[in-house]
Amino acid sequence: MKHTISVLVENEFGVLARVSSLFSGRGFNIDCLSVAPTNDETISRITLETRGDEQILEQINKQLNKLIDVIKVIDFTDGSGIEREMALIKVTAEDESRAEVLRIVDIFRAKIIDVTPRSYTIETTGSPAKINAILELLRPLGLKELVRTGPVAIGRGAKGWKG
Amino acid sequence: MKMNGARILLECLKKEGVDTIFGYPGGTVINIYDELFSCKEIRHILPRHEQAGTHAADGLARATGKVGVAIATSGPGATNTVTAIATAYMDSIPMVIITGQVPTPLIGNDAFQEVDIIGITRPCTKHSFLVRDVKELATIMKKAFHIARTGRPGPVLVDLPKDVQIAQTEFHYPDTIELRSYKPTVEGHPRQIERAISMLLASKKPVVYVGGGAILAEAAGELTAFCDLLGVPVTTTLLGLGAYPEDRPNSLRMLGMHGTYYANMAMTDTDMLVAVGARFDDRVTGKLSTFAPHAKIIHIDVDPTSIKKNVRVDLPIVGDVKDVLIKMIKEVQAHPEKVAAFKESILPWSAQIEGWKAKHPLTYKHAASVIKPQYVIEKLRELSDPDVIVTTDVGQHQMWTAQFFTFTKPRTLLTSGGLGTMGYGLPAAMGAQAAFPERQVITICGDGGVQMNIQEMATLVQNKLPVKIVILNNNFLGMVRQWQELFFDKRYSQTCMEFPIDYIKLADAYGAKGFRATKTEEVEDMIKQGLAHDGPVIMEFMIAREEKVLPMVPAGASLNEMVLNA
Ligand SMILES: Cc1ncc(C[n+]2csc(CCOP(=O)(O)OP(=O)(O)O)c2C)c(N)n1
Ligand SMILES: [Mg+2]
Repeated sequence: MKHTISVLVENEFGVLARVSSLFSGRGFNIDCLSVAPTNDETISRITLETRGDEQILEQINKQLNKLIDVIKVIDFTDGSGIEREMALIKVTAEDESRAEVLRIVDIFRAKIIDVTPRSYTIETTGSPAKINAILELLRPLGLKELVRTGPVAIGRGAKGWKG
Repeated sequence: MKMNGARILLECLKKEGVDTIFGYPGGTVINIYDELFSCKEIRHILPRHEQAGTHAADGLARATGKVGVAIATSGPGATNTVTAIATAYMDSIPMVIITGQVPTPLIGNDAFQEVDIIGITRPCTKHSFLVRDVKELATIMKKAFHIARTGRPGPVLVDLPKDVQIAQTEFHYPDTIELRSYKPTVEGHPRQIERAISMLLASKKPVVYVGGGAILAEAAGELTAFCDLLGVPVTTTLLGLGAYPEDRPNSLRMLGMHGTYYANMAMTDTDMLVAVGARFDDRVTGKLSTFAPHAKIIHIDVDPTSIKKNVRVDLPIVGDVKDVLIKMIKEVQAHPEKVAAFKESILPWSAQIEGWKAKHPLTYKHAASVIKPQYVIEKLRELSDPDVIVTTDVGQHQMWTAQFFTFTKPRTLLTSGGLGTMGYGLPAAMGAQAAFPERQVITICGDGGVQMNIQEMATLVQNKLPVKIVILNNNFLGMVRQWQELFFDKRYSQTCMEFPIDYIKLADAYGAKGFRATKTEEVEDMIKQGLAHDGPVIMEFMIAREEKVLPMVPAGASLNEMVLNA
């Protein structure tokens, strides 16, 4: 099963290496990973997507918590979070397909951020499912390049992660 | 007063109560050595190899419970410590390793003797720090010691660039340290403890299974009190030996691959397994799918990642083993009638265990013609001091020591369990002897592993560390040979040490004393002479060459599928 996990860490040298080497050293998967500082500049937030059965996920959570620089681990799998991802998509757009691309962009409320006579570059954000959906439609037209950020996630409700 | 980083480092060590360190100089630690030159409070021991120095710091830590400290220069000095760091990490030994690093402006430039030691050791340290500003040094040292010794202990590496050692600042050592991201759970959950006791008292075939965590937590006394209060059988892992006295009737001695028949049978038959500071290592469990098939499992450990990592657990208690055991004792004492009923109800179980003990006691065949290694171990126990510290290397001799020495006190067996590092025994003994100059320290080695750090003979003689080195010489890499005999048709590929070494001459060359026994009747006298000698000694015993360690649970087999005599 896929899990999206947020890891709040000390914004210090080498922390990302510790997290990623934990995954590689113990044979856990990382499918996506993103890192950026938070509103508290001493804390960075790593969001990662991983998979495994319940026992592996429990180990991943515990092992992450065991790292000295990890302040908090939040597992969003139970639907307690909202996930968003961004994608930049360069798609072939020539002659008759130009209009088709524009229609798809419109339906998904995406944006064209670069135009050439033979291509459009599209920016889109949304749930990972929405990104997959737009990609499904664009793929037959000819994807030249795809960049995805991987999901970031935040908890639902009024409370921040500190509670 | 302003001080340079090198001096601050030493001041930090003093504040932590460190009186003995092991280290090896070089270009990027020369400033530290310059400060050490005039430092009276810290005894520095110069090993002949950084691996050995770091094992020695580990040996000191295991013998005393204090944090062991080792120093190495950048590059090859630092990489030489890696095996010893990994050894300490696998066995959760508190250590601080200080490595020199090239000056900060040169880091990343492939400078002379530059190596990314933090990167290299990341998977085998509890944590590590690169000090980039002398102003951070004292706080980092405080954190390093705090992290090394608390929670599940482990080695912490501090990488200290040369320019930081030279830079000056005010020295201020923090009294306390708060790490928002590191707060190990110490106190066991009271409700869980209550539930554990009621589960345990409802069982008919309980076993307490103890690992090195009980010793690390200084909980041997509480453990013994708890088990004796209930009259439950106790088995220990290799690292748990000494946590519960092996000479008591309730001791099942060691379990696992080379554990006793009765310990492994009890593990297979038990309905209630209480794991105390143990981590269900594969050498202990055998085949996981048939491990303790009838048991409910209570697992007490300070490290939540150890719980449910390999086996299912019915009742986890995260906390310091000592704290939890103290509360468990109170809980037991609060229910005297239940305890009496429980003791009554486990009588058939005790009888069953006695039956197993009688059927297959731990034993070996005596031989007049040739020295049996087990006999040497028994004689060593008999003729050594009651508070002797024993270290071992890795191989058959290690298992014979574990089986036949009879450990009754914590911190009296120092051995590399998790990593199984050949070359550990001699330097670890060096560290233990440095910590306890008045106590007897014996290292029991094989003829293979003793060679891996034999250069430390020089350190022993130079520093008047009277370690007694026992070599059980089978002229084989015996443990591997045993596997080849049993599982590879006696194809002794590269395990026969064809080349004999004259250990008496070798001891002599180092200025120590060497003895050799080739006959059983020489053993006792030689041990007496060796132990009585005032200084480092090699006692070499030419043992039965193809003696096997038994019982043996073949790798991947169930615990009750032991080879008892092959
Ligand atoms: C550094 C290292 N290399 C290799 C091994 C694999 N190994 C385990 S036991 C053993 C044989 C040890 O031989 P010896 O020291 O003579 O002890 P014996 O088993 O004969 O008592 C070997 C090679 C190891 N544990 N450590
Ligand atoms: Mg040997």
